[in-house]
Amino acid sequence: MADREYAYYAGCSLEGTAVEYDMSMRQVFKALGVTLREPEDWSCCGSTPAHTVDHVLAAALAARNLSIIEKMGTDTVTVPCPSCLSAFKRAHLGMKGDESFRHAVNELLDEPYNGGVSPKSTLQIMYEDIGLEAIAKKVTHALPDLVVAPYYGCILNRPPAIAQFDDPENPISMDRILEAIGVKVSNFAFKVECCGAAFGVPKREMVNRLTARVLNMALDSGANCIAVACPLCQQNLDLRQSQVNSTMGTNFNIPILYFSQIVGLTYGLSPRELGLDKLIVSADVLVATRITVEELARKKAALEAEEKAQKARKKEDKTTTEET
Amino acid sequence: MRVGVFICHCGSNIAGTIDVARVAAEMRKVPGVAFATNYMYTCSEPGQDEIKAAIKREKLNRIVVAACSPRMHELTFRRTIEKAGLNRYFLEMANIREHISWIGLDKEANTNKAIDAVKMAVAKVMNNKPLFSSSFKVNKRVLVIGGGVAGMQAALDCADGGLEVVLVEKSPSVGGMMARLDKTFPTIDCSICILGPKMVDVAQHDKIKLHAYSEIDEIKGYVGNYQIKIKKKATYVDWTKCTGCGLCMEKCPSKNSYDHFNFGVAPTKAINIPFPQAIPKKAKIDPQYCRQFVKGKCGVCAKICPTGAINYEMQDEIVTEDVGAIVVASGYGLLDIDKLPEYGGGRYPDVITGIQYERLLNASGPTEGHILRPSDKTEPKTIVFVSCAGSRDKSVGVPYCSNFCCMYIAKQAILTKDHIPDSQSYVFYMDIRSPGKGYDEFTRRAQEDYGAKYIRGRVSRIYPKGNKMVVQGADTLLGAQVEVEADLVVLANAVTAAPGAAALAEKLHISYDTFGFYVESHPKLRPVETNTSGVYLAGAAQGPKDIPASVGQGSAAAAKVLALFSKDMLESDPAIARVNESNCVGCLKCKMTCPFGAVVEKELRGGKIVASVIETVCAGCGVCTSTCPCGAIQLSHFTDNQLLAEVNAICQI
Ligand SMILES: Cc1cc2nc3c(=O)[nH]c(=O)nc-3n(C[C@H](O)[C@H](O)[C@H](O)COP(=O)(O)OP(=O)(O)OC[C@H]3O[C@@H](n4cnc5c(N)ncnc54)[C@H](O)[C@@H]3O)c2cc1C
Ligand code: SF4
Ligand code: SF4
Repeated sequence: MADREYAYYAGCSLEGTAVEYDMSMRQVFKALGVTLREPEDWSCCGSTPAHTVDHVLAAALAARNLSIIEKMGTDTVTVPCPSCLSAFKRAHLGMKGDESFRHAVNELLDEPYNGGVSPKSTLQIMYEDIGLEAIAKKVTHALPDLVVAPYYGCILNRPPAIAQFDDPENPISMDRILEAIGVKVSNFAFKVECCGAAFGVPKREMVNRLTARVLNMALDSGANCIAVACPLCQQNLDLRQSQVNSTMGTNFNIPILYFSQIVGLTYGLSPRELGLDKLIVSADVLVATRITVEELARKKAALEAEEKAQKARKKEDKTTTEET
Repeated sequence: MRVGVFICHCGSNIAGTIDVARVAAEMRKVPGVAFATNYMYTCSEPGQDEIKAAIKREKLNRIVVAACSPRMHELTFRRTIEKAGLNRYFLEMANIREHISWIGLDKEANTNKAIDAVKMAVAKVMNNKPLFSSSFKVNKRVLVIGGGVAGMQAALDCADGGLEVVLVEKSPSVGGMMARLDKTFPTIDCSICILGPKMVDVAQHDKIKLHAYSEIDEIKGYVGNYQIKIKKKATYVDWTKCTGCGLCMEKCPSKNSYDHFNFGVAPTKAINIPFPQAIPKKAKIDPQYCRQFVKGKCGVCAKICPTGAINYEMQDEIVTEDVGAIVVASGYGLLDIDKLPEYGGGRYPDVITGIQYERLLNASGPTEGHILRPSDKTEPKTIVFVSCAGSRDKSVGVPYCSNFCCMYIAKQAILTKDHIPDSQSYVFYMDIRSPGKGYDEFTRRAQEDYGAKYIRGRVSRIYPKGNKMVVQGADTLLGAQVEVEADLVVLANAVTAAPGAAALAEKLHISYDTFGFYVESHPKLRPVETNTSGVYLAGAAQGPKDIPASVGQGSAAAAKVLALFSKDMLESDPAIARVNESNCVGCLKCKMTCPFGAVVEKELRGGKIVASVIETVCAGCGVCTSTCPCGAIQLSHFTDNQLLAEVNAICQI
């Protein structure tokens, strides 16, 4: 694989509440030989609250960044946060498809955006550009006890006309990446179910109920942790778990990891480098089960040998009983 | 030359947005026009009488009617002037309704445009030549494509009317979708019990020749004289020897063949007879599952067949049939539930389609009429029906209503209660569409007598929870979200055009809509005709429709064929291409472009090669005339001179 280079727009969450997403994503890309170039003087992506007020304004906020990236001479920007991505894609596609909209937006900008940058999620870059084979090649460690429920959330793949990636109802890209690094993935029916995060302030009880549903379904599917690709999902499911427990009388204790953290763990990166200490619901117990791939192979071989021996013994027993 | 011009008001359709009196007045100034008037309803009897009277009185010898589209009334007015002694091709129509008055509100502009249009017609009519049709013999055999209930009805009615019928059915047996149904609404009579006798009649009628497991390969010719090439697909069983005993199917070791008849509810054998009542009841091999084909060894059926019917070397065969008319009754298809990922998209075994449920209900189905969940073969107690699964949903490309699902859901809810008295059915619906005779009463019975709970709202998601399927949706009457834990979910997946519908339409030269349904000649007045004369439609091929409507159309199409064949000779349209042999240089570009193969090469006495048009094959499309570098091939009634005269008429100021 030739070394790749992308513009990387982290966005505000990844500097704050989701710093561990940023840390792990950068580490994983580094391991995969991908160079990330951060635009200078980047600003707000224009998602909430701008887009609830004025589409032109929201697009202008996004397009300001896109225009900076365009000047950097790269044609793709990768964006970890689905809200930023959605804002970028809306601006990009809207300006490409509608001339009067493009004029209206560029009117608000110092430097016009000419539509030369295609925004893609980090998940999409991993899945489509880097590819499962290359992702699997870097694996040095195994997490044999991990069973992951892949949670994509509501906007990563929606609406399909904007997202233009994976399936809006049954996405599979994260499933495939996790499988490629040797992690067990559960059959999770609520991949795109609403967790209620956007109503965290006005309707807490509703959010608690919806969050509980998602967590419950993950447990039902046999998972012991949830993988996410969205700062808001992560925050909601992780931070709110104790709140859910106290209001709903539940007893959830499910670590919510960024998919990049799980990938990083299988690449042998340290929990600290991956920001695992930032999680509210600790994943330490799960991380402690990490072993090297060689160790796993040894264990497997030993297990197989044991099984064989057992079978042989049984056979022997049988023949001896038959004889007597 | 004395041209008479008649400007029609069409009530207010034309006169509302065109100053018809002014158009008539303007026409009186045009050289050659001897008479011009405007009239309230030109197509009415007094209107036509007025034309005839004016021809006599004013000694008119060319007529222009400025009114609606010639598609509507050209024939009417041709007959009118013929009755008054003029050649029917001395008529021109100016379409000032569809092309002008209906599409613009500016009366001034419309009037000016109408004046131009009528001037063009006047210029054209002055250049018209008298034309005379010749007549040709009709082959009174009819081809019916598709052996569903609509096609069988058409075939039987034609045959009973004394016509020879060739019935071509794609699958191994006739019967179509109806043969798969358990009971039928609104009377709950057993589907195969009422269809079976028709199927037997088709097989036994001495006027019907059935080609099962066959498809249309090529269609040539024109109304009255079609040559059809039919591909008889290889069955690998010699049907003249096969007795339908079924021994081969019993012994065949390949047990995982997809069962098309049962829509995959259970697998079948690689050699199979689709269902017990199949007509013809003959075996056929699915080579993609047969071990003899896949692995190159097996031969079990060849060994077991008591009549030696198996022939692994069999090839597709082409047979030809000559007919004079065609009824297309190729039915419908069903939306692939892959397109509905929010309902599992086919990932959950206990989320099935309506037609699969019919097979579970049916006594000769894979479960012998016991409703059993596909996953664990237990009897479901809570069954949820989801109507409009894909229908009326632009996002999956089906904006239309599938017509009969509301009714079959009510039927299935009733039958479910009959089969499992302690069951509870839920129906999620948008609105209940049951406008047929006795239909609304039927859907009420499902609710009132059989206790089906109808929830008005759409289902947003279906997901598994333990061994249940959770159906999550809205109850828009309560304004609440609801969840039903179901044992089995039945999706009324949308009706689509039959697979291959578009390709068949291309062969037939008939039009189809964006969804692949065939387009009738007029939605109200010519519902079973197409725009290609001699080709008729019946059943769901034209749009989703239930059995009563399909049968009605089958009979209607048969009546049209019988009417067409009531004459021994048909008149040909003289508006066809003709070659001026002295101008023709024999390049034969026209021969290469003619889409109908109507142009042939001809050697004149002096050895000169020229093009020549076969009168009966030419469809009058005019492609050849624009190809000819010498203007030697001309379309009668649309010659270069006639068209140029029209152009000149509007270019004069
Ligand atoms: C689940 C379900 C339940 C239903 N229940 C009822 C009910 O209770 N009452 C009711 O009135 N209606 C019911 N219907 C509707 C009913 O199935 C249709 O009205 C009826 O089958 C239409 O008949 P048809 O002959 O037009 O089409 P089809 O039944 O589809 O038959 C068309 C035939 O043409 C053949 N064919 C297709 N393409 C070609 C080709 N290119 N060349 C040659 N042959 C071809 C097909 O193989 C088929 O045999 C139900 C439908 C469904 C899906
Ligand atoms: S001739 Fe045509 S335009 Fe005139 S009344 Fe009849 S339908 Fe209307
Ligand atoms: S192929 Fe032979 S064995 Fe099979 S049904 Fe026909 S006659 Fe019977």
